[in-house]
Amino acid sequence: MTGVDSGFDFSLNRVAAMVRRYWYLLRSSWPRILDLIYWPTVQMLMWGFLQMYVAQNAGFFARAGGVFIGAVLLWDMLFRGQLGFSISFLEEMWSRNLANIMMSPLRPVEFICALMIMSVVRLAIGMVPVTLLAIAFFGFNLWTLGLALAAFFVNLMLTSWSVGIFVAGLLLRNGMGAESLAWTIMFLFLPLTCVYYPVTVLPVWLQYVAWSLPPTYVFEGMRALLIEHVFRADLMMQALAFNVVLFAAASFAFLKLLGSARVQGTLLQAGE
Amino acid sequence: MDAGNTSAVSVDRLVKLYKGVAAVDGISFRLPAGTITGLLGGNGAGKTTTIAMIMGLVTPTAGSVTVLGAQMPKERYRVLHRMNFESPYVDMPTRLTVRQNLSVFAQLYAVTDIEARVAELAADLDLAEFLDRPNGKLSAGQKTRVSLAKALLNKPEVLLLDEPTASLDPDTADWVRSRLERYRRDNRATVLLASHNMNEVERLCERVIIMKRGRIEDDDTPARLLAHYGRETLEEVFLDVARGRGHQSEVAQ
Repeated sequence: MTGVDSGFDFSLNRVAAMVRRYWYLLRSSWPRILDLIYWPTVQMLMWGFLQMYVAQNAGFFARAGGVFIGAVLLWDMLFRGQLGFSISFLEEMWSRNLANIMMSPLRPVEFICALMIMSVVRLAIGMVPVTLLAIAFFGFNLWTLGLALAAFFVNLMLTSWSVGIFVAGLLLRNGMGAESLAWTIMFLFLPLTCVYYPVTVLPVWLQYVAWSLPPTYVFEGMRALLIEHVFRADLMMQALAFNVVLFAAASFAFLKLLGSARVQGTLLQAGE
Repeated sequence: MDAGNTSAVSVDRLVKLYKGVAAVDGISFRLPAGTITGLLGGNGAGKTTTIAMIMGLVTPTAGSVTVLGAQMPKERYRVLHRMNFESPYVDMPTRLTVRQNLSVFAQLYAVTDIEARVAELAADLDLAEFLDRPNGKLSAGQKTRVSLAKALLNKPEVLLLDEPTASLDPDTADWVRSRLERYRRDNRATVLLASHNMNEVERLCERVIIMKRGRIEDDDTPARLLAHYGRETLEEVFLDVARGRGHQSEVAQ
């Protein structure tokens, strides 16, 4: 009835099963789909109108067209990417399904792959309409950034997945007590990664912290592109290097926390 | 009770401590292939922890668990596709339909013809009329049947059941028991059944392991347990064990 299964398999079929499951969950609730679009739209409109107002009253901002809207769109990629990952994971805990998943042949790495795919799917549902609205309302076309946008996207997604993987580990280890972290942890990145202002605004000692976070390079790169019209490939490479370290550390932490959850017996108890 | 090399499950001096307190305290037993064994015990006896260690969900503090020749939890991926479990304390997503839930799990277990297997189980477990209903809209009895279908999707050689008929009415519970009995008989599966329900254990199990405070208090066939304790039902035996009353022979002495 079932295929042969060794201990070191990676099965695309199992990843596809999990993606299918999350897709069923997503499409079963229109308020959840609406929620994916609602908040990014509100944010984009608020920052877009603020940018229009400031541009009318300050010459610098008139020249730096789209910096705020660009920043809020990239920030939403980072934030929504992590949230998409974490919410799919939380679905298992809300439905008390985690033990079923954990004693199935699904490997942790397959589970993580499925969550990463779903974070992109959820992000696409939320962000694509919002970028089109940004064109309609403010004439800001994120898609014209082309290759730069691809570099920003890859780096932001890697960071969001790393944070999502770490939070999933905490949820496995600590149960629903860690749920609030899933919703709030990324906000720590908001001031530190200098989403809306340059790194030089920060106190010198905090600049070291900022430069250790990959999204800082993305937001600096975005400002360089929109204000100076220069694509800083060096910043993207540095972001990628930090992301590789961050992703490896998060995956290591996840496996350790999963091991600890097995020792503490929290996998069976995880639920609402 | 030792089945030698034909054991499907082997538990050896198994210990699980939580913050220094023993949930399972040095138990050993073997489940011969194709047998059905009841794991009896009150709340906190260590039944669920024992089953969780057999499934590889919980890492033992000491001792070992071997399932179909694989050390758990270290080698679990060698055998997880040949096992399955059912528990009323583990649920499936409420917004997914029965068919969606079952087909996703069938894909996870690499079932070759998913549609046919889901249809077969739906017919067998009387699920056909609500296959396209969300899991959250089902009654407790219907949910249990769906969980049972999920547990049987991959035709497991080792089936672990944690109180499979808890909170079911007597008629539905009896119906579930008859299906389990038939599955075990038709597939030569090894079944470990944790339960509070003495009638269930008496009807289904050829062997009963009674646990108390993490230890095995007794391990025998239902008939021999009744004889040992001089009782007519397993419920009376269970009460004797729970209240610290020994075998009839010990009492006489």
